[in-house]
Order: sequence, then C-alpha cells, then structure tokens
Amino acid sequence: MTAVRSTRTVRRPPAVLLILAALGMAVFLIPLVGLLARTPWRDLPALLVGDIVTDALRLSLVASLGATGISAVVGIPLAFVLARVEFPGRAVVRGLVLLPLVIPPVVGGAALLFALGRRGVIGEPLHEATGLVLPFSMWGVIIATTFIAMPFLVITVEGALRNLDPRYEGAASTLGAGPWTVLRRVTFPMIGPSLAAGLLLTWARALGEFGATITFAGNLQGRTQTLPLAVFVALESDRDTAVALSLILVAISLTVLVVLRERWWKVL
Amino acid sequence: MTVRLIVGVLAVLAAACGPAQGAGEGVEGRIVVSAAASLTDAFAAVAVAFEEAHPGVSVALNIAGSSLLREQIREGAPVDVFASANTANMDQLVASGDVVAPEIFASNLLAIGVPAGNSAGVDGLDDFADEALLIGLCTRDVPCGEFGRLILARAGVVPALDTDEPDVRALLTKIEAGELDAGIVYVTDVASSAGVDGIPIDPKDNIVAEYPIARLTGSANPETGDAFVAFVLSAGGQEILGRFGFVVP
Amino acid sequence: MEGPVTAGLDARLMVTRSGGFVLDAHLAIAPGMTVALLGPNGAGKSTVVSALAGLIPIDDGVIVLGGVTLDDPGRAVFVPPEERRVGVVFQDYVLFPHMTIVENVAFGLRSRGVERAVALAAAVEWLNRLSVADLAARRPDDLSGGQAQRVALARALVIEPDLLLLDEPLSALDVTTRVDLRRTLSDHLEGFPGPRLLITHDPTEASLLADEIYILEDGAVTQVGGPDDIRLRPRTRYIADLAGSNLVVGSASEGVITTSDHVLHIADLHIAGDVLATIHPRAVALHRHEPEGSPRNTWETTVIRVEYHGDRVRLQTGDPLPLTAEITPGAVDALELSEGSAVWLSIKATEVAVDPA
Repeated sequence: MTAVRSTRTVRRPPAVLLILAALGMAVFLIPLVGLLARTPWRDLPALLVGDIVTDALRLSLVASLGATGISAVVGIPLAFVLARVEFPGRAVVRGLVLLPLVIPPVVGGAALLFALGRRGVIGEPLHEATGLVLPFSMWGVIIATTFIAMPFLVITVEGALRNLDPRYEGAASTLGAGPWTVLRRVTFPMIGPSLAAGLLLTWARALGEFGATITFAGNLQGRTQTLPLAVFVALESDRDTAVALSLILVAISLTVLVVLRERWWKVL
Repeated sequence: MTVRLIVGVLAVLAAACGPAQGAGEGVEGRIVVSAAASLTDAFAAVAVAFEEAHPGVSVALNIAGSSLLREQIREGAPVDVFASANTANMDQLVASGDVVAPEIFASNLLAIGVPAGNSAGVDGLDDFADEALLIGLCTRDVPCGEFGRLILARAGVVPALDTDEPDVRALLTKIEAGELDAGIVYVTDVASSAGVDGIPIDPKDNIVAEYPIARLTGSANPETGDAFVAFVLSAGGQEILGRFGFVVP
Repeated sequence: MEGPVTAGLDARLMVTRSGGFVLDAHLAIAPGMTVALLGPNGAGKSTVVSALAGLIPIDDGVIVLGGVTLDDPGRAVFVPPEERRVGVVFQDYVLFPHMTIVENVAFGLRSRGVERAVALAAAVEWLNRLSVADLAARRPDDLSGGQAQRVALARALVIEPDLLLLDEPLSALDVTTRVDLRRTLSDHLEGFPGPRLLITHDPTEASLLADEIYILEDGAVTQVGGPDDIRLRPRTRYIADLAGSNLVVGSASEGVITTSDHVLHIADLHIAGDVLATIHPRAVALHRHEPEGSPRNTWETTVIRVEYHGDRVRLQTGDPLPLTAEITPGAVDALELSEGSAVWLSIKATEVAVDPA
C-alpha cells in the first residue's frame, strides 16, 4: 500500500486504524446516547430535587471524598514504604494491596462482612467492647469504598516514587534540607502530577463503587444508599428517577475528568 | 482490500449472532426460566426433574428479585418462562403483552426470620420498631419487600429499618450470618436455611403471596416453554414445591 | 600524614559496595587548595563524592572537615548530609525542575531557615557573580548546559560551605562551553576560601584547575602529586597513558634497567632495585637506518600505528619494547613511514627519567 505523497501533506493514520478507533469510541458513546435518549427532559428538574436523588448525591459525595481522604492519609505513607523500604514479604504485601483491583467487589464486601461485621472476626470483639456496628452505617460505606478505591492511589504513588531520580533528594540534603523539608519541597512537588492523577482515579472509582457497598453496608435511603445503589433500586420501580440519578453520576464524573484534564491528565 | 476483509468478518459475526436455538417441533433444546429469588431451591429441583423427564432438554435458571426480572423482560431479555413471587409484576407483563394467561402455581406465607438461636430475643413484629436492633427488609418493589411493609402496616408497626436488600436471598444471607437481628422473609426460606429460625406472623396480619407462572409470547422455544409450565402445574411439579414448603393449590 | 589539616578536609574513606568493590583512599585538602581526583570510570570517584557529602556512610575510616568529625564508624559518629556544610556541584547539575532558577539557588539558605526575602537577595547576588542573573525567573528546562552549570555552582556557593565538591562539572558540556566554563570555574575556585575537591577524568582539566592531583584507580589512590609530577613521572600505566608518556617497569643495576624483553641504558649509575622509568614520546628519535651517534639506546622495530594530532604525529612502535614516539608530519613523510614500516629508534640515556618503584 505505498502511495507517493507530497511532502506537504500531513501523514494520516491508515484507514484500518481509523475504523477501529471509531469502533472504540462507539463503545463509550453508545451507552451515553442510550441514557440521553431515555431522559425525561420535561420532568428532569422536578426529579433532580426529589429526596431519593438528593440523599443519594449527598451520601455519594461524603463517601467518595471520605474514602479519598482516608486513602491519602494512609495510602501515601504505604506507597512510600513499598517504594523505599526493603523488608521481608514486601512482594506479598504489594500483592495484597493490588487484590481489591482484581477480585469482584462483591467478594470484597463479603470479606469485609466476615471481618468487620457484627459477628466478624474483628467486628465481634469491637462490638462487644464499644457497641460499634460498622455495617448498615455511613462508616460502613466509607470503609467499603476505601477498600475498593485505595489501591489506585497506592499504585500510582508507588510508581511515581520509584521513577523519581534519587539524586534530586540527595542534592536537597546536601544543600541543608532535613528529611521533612526534602519531602515537602522536593519529593512531593516532583511526584505532584502523579499524585493528583492517583487521587482523581481513586475518587472516581469510589464514586462508582457498588458491589462492596451493598454487600457490606447494606442499602438504606438517606443512610447508606449511594448514587449507584439508588440507580440499581430505581431501575426496577421508577425508571425516570433511575435515569435522573444516572445522569447526575455521569455529569459529575465527566465534568471533573474533563476540567482537570489539562492540568493533571498528562500523567494518566 | 483490508477493509473488505473486515466487513466480511463482521457480516459473518452478525449472522452467527442471530436467533440462538432452533425453535423445533416438540420438546427439545434449551429454555431460559426467570424465577423469583424465593424459588431458588425449589425451582432448581423442578428443573432437574424436568430435564430427567425430557432428555436432551436443558433448563437455564435466571434467579433475581421479581421486579428486576420483569424489567429485564420488558427490555427484551431472551426469556422463555417467568415465575414471579407476586401478581403485580406479572400483571404488568400482561398489560404490555409480553405474556398471556398466567396461572397461579403455588403460594407462600411470610414469616419473621431471625439468626438461629435468636440471640437478640426477637418475639414479634413489635420488635421491628426497636432502634437498637438491626432490621432488614427487601426493597419495596420486590414482592417480599412490598409484602413485608404491608404486614407491618397491618400490625401498626413503624419499622426502624437498617437496610433494604435487593432480593429475599440477600436478606436471608445477612440474617443467617447474624449481621441482622430480624427480617421478613418467606416461610420457604426459613425452611430451606438451617441457619435461620422462623417466628410465625399472626394470620390476621400475614399475607398469602400468590406465585403466577407464564410462558412468554416472545419465547424462541414455545413448545418446551409450555411443557415446563405444564410440568410445574402437574402433580409431579406440585409435589416438589410442596416439599420445599410452598402451599400448593 | 601528620595530624588532620585544621580547617581543611582530612578523609580516610573505606567503603565496600555490593559486587565486591572496595574503596580505600585517604584525602587531605588544605583550605584554599584545589585537589583533583582523577581516575577512569568505575574507579570509585562517585563513591568518594557520596561519602563526603554524607549520602552514604563509610564502613571504616574517619572524615574530618574543619576540625569537625563528620563520619567515624568506630565511634558511632555520623553527621547526616543536611548538617554537613558540603557544597556539591553535580555532573548533570540536578537543578530542581519545578522551581525557578532563583528559587533553586535560594533553596539551601531557605532550608537552613533564612527568611525568603534575604535568601532570594543572596541568590540573585550569586547569579550576578556568575553572569546568569537574567535567567532568574526561568526554569531549569529552558537553560543550556553552560548556563545550568553556572546556576548549579551558584547554588552550591551561596550556602558558604566548608568544602566544595565538584563532581565532573564539565563532562556534560560541549568543547567550546567547556573551555569557557573552565575559566569561570577557575576564577570562582580561587575565590573560595575552603578546601575544594574536583572530580574529573580529564587530565587537562585537572592540570589547569588543581594544585594537587590524586589518581584513583580501582578504589585505591595510586599517585598523589602536582600536575607536572603526574605528567612527567607517572607511576601506573593508566597515568602514563593519560599523560601520553611512556612507562617502563624493570629492575635497575649499574646504569642499566632490565625488563623482561629488553635492556635500557640510563644515566643514573647508583640506583638499584625495582624502578619506574619514564620516556617522553618527544625524546624518541626515529631513523630509517641504524643510527650512529651518542644515544645509548637504539634498536630496530616496526611501526604499529600512526596517529595524526594536528601538527604532531604519534607513532606506536612494537617489539622488543613498545613505545610511543612523537615527530612532525614532515618527518613522517621524509622517512616514508607508515604502518608496518621497519624503523630504527634511539633514546639518549639522559632522557630516561628513573624513580624507585
């Protein structure tokens, strides 16, 4: 397939590539088109302020932001240790961290139930000592979501740390920066883009989390029914509300991903 | 040339993805039966018995809450037979023309399900209002959830709910695990689960759930579908259902 | 060595790295003195830098700078890098890419608690001294190699360190920039009051910038001396090759050095025992036929290689004693010399410099 091209034309990719790419785009566009086609546009404003929707939105935002926050607080240090500290069994620990990415979320939820439920291995003594019950509560949602979403953050940050040239931190030390100053002024800013991308991915995964949440935290409007759970339930009864909820999920996700694309997407 | 090749492959694939099984004469081939969650164990046995009676036939069971099954059929899922846990879901399908002439094949009563041993000491519907207990029902669109709420309303109890499970089996699992102190489930579920004890509900509050079954008008294998429905209604099928605790007409 | 040099550097470094490499070197640098550490790749030069900077601990030995012990494993003393006052200029500058030039230079002062405004002012002043003040607001990515190296130098000098460590500061630069920067470096080294250590693999750089040269080969110091010593009296093959000189190892007795294959006549009749003999390539004369005359060392050999270096030609000769001879292109033509040519060479005994091994 050789053709003589004038040196001034821009080389276009081969036709086959374009066709396949179009099919790839269709994979993402078609479901969105289906959703928009079913949207009851006239009733939408009323639906959006219905309390099923507002409760679910509030819970989803609290849970996803909470999960992202917890992931940052414990996940970043974990990433540091995995990247920088040699200890026996490190490969196993890394495997465990990746596990929630691979197992079905429902299985994850079941495991959480066995561990932290009222009759759970840790949950039972915890309940007896403090009366604390984690399932069927907002905390249950946050725990389930964190479990599923945190691996994204750990993996991203660990990768960024491994790829960071250690000489920058070395140079900073020789110039007089103590360990915390090095972290604050050199390490973190240099892994900044990857860190931001990791947080974004984590938050996005947390927002869409369903299987572990419904298995561990249950499903109750106003207390544990996040947007994905609300959609699932509404599908069987109130199709219009289901569509409204789905639109909100898609709109939030798309807005965040597109708006932040320019600044931080480079790394993803 | 490459483009033509791709178009050709796509055409073959499209042809291969046409209607699955041949709708032949007689009882043969494969059927898909959508059955309510409370029928999980009973219909598993029915399917086995039906396959034994008709060698060469295979029955694929699709189990979920009745309202989800209804939605799937409405959206065009390739189902041959639908067995629902309430008449409301079936009526919607009659109205939409997806089924004709459903028949009631069994009925079920509801009961309070508690973890074996009843550690929380639940003794009646009044306990459902106790904030300190962990109470579960099914979502209101699933028959079990609809009936549970009706029963509580009849008994004048406002429940302190902690979760709405998507179907009765999910609810049962959590009760069995001791993660919930009580829930409203079917008597057949209590019978089938060693880890769940049942507390009867006062007959004046209780509801008799009637289970209709019908073959779908859009079935790809109508003869076999009809044969399955007939089997469920026959003495053989009814005997199996009775064994699992269903009340047979 | 008698006692530690008080305000300078006295470092006995013993480091074992994975793979079996062992560094065992003693460096002493007085304040105001520049020492060049010259050696081939893999000799351990970067290990020296890391150990002095505190980025790796030494396994044995002592590092004392300005009278303060920085590292003494025997007495469990280890001063972390941020508390040492060592200014390091790295081979590829290692400027922080997410900071502007002036922020880079001010980094050291700010890390030590100096107020932002004061630190930035000091940074600007040093950028001025190095003629790169107009780059203050730029990012490291925007700079050329030469500019970046000046900034790196400013960054190290602004903290007024006790020791200045330059790790191959000119290696990453092209020839013209290198020559230009060498002058800048020379000026600023002169101005720096403390001890200075220059790591390099370029003998010219070492000769031009350093007062004293340490040769590091395979983890050990093989020679210490001024640039002329190194050039004229190399003690190992590597150094001789660096200097472009000829080195012969043998045993002396009564005015004759015996090597495994040959005998060399020398002027010194008293020296005896194992010796190192140096013959400068320019002292080797070449002839078409067996020469007559005073030179006591003459033999017939073959030309193995001819290398043109501008207006000089270096010829490698072969058995019985391989040597490098340096003559003019005119001479090459006149003698019709090429690879494989048979040739006679002669060396005066007085041209053979001899030292005990």
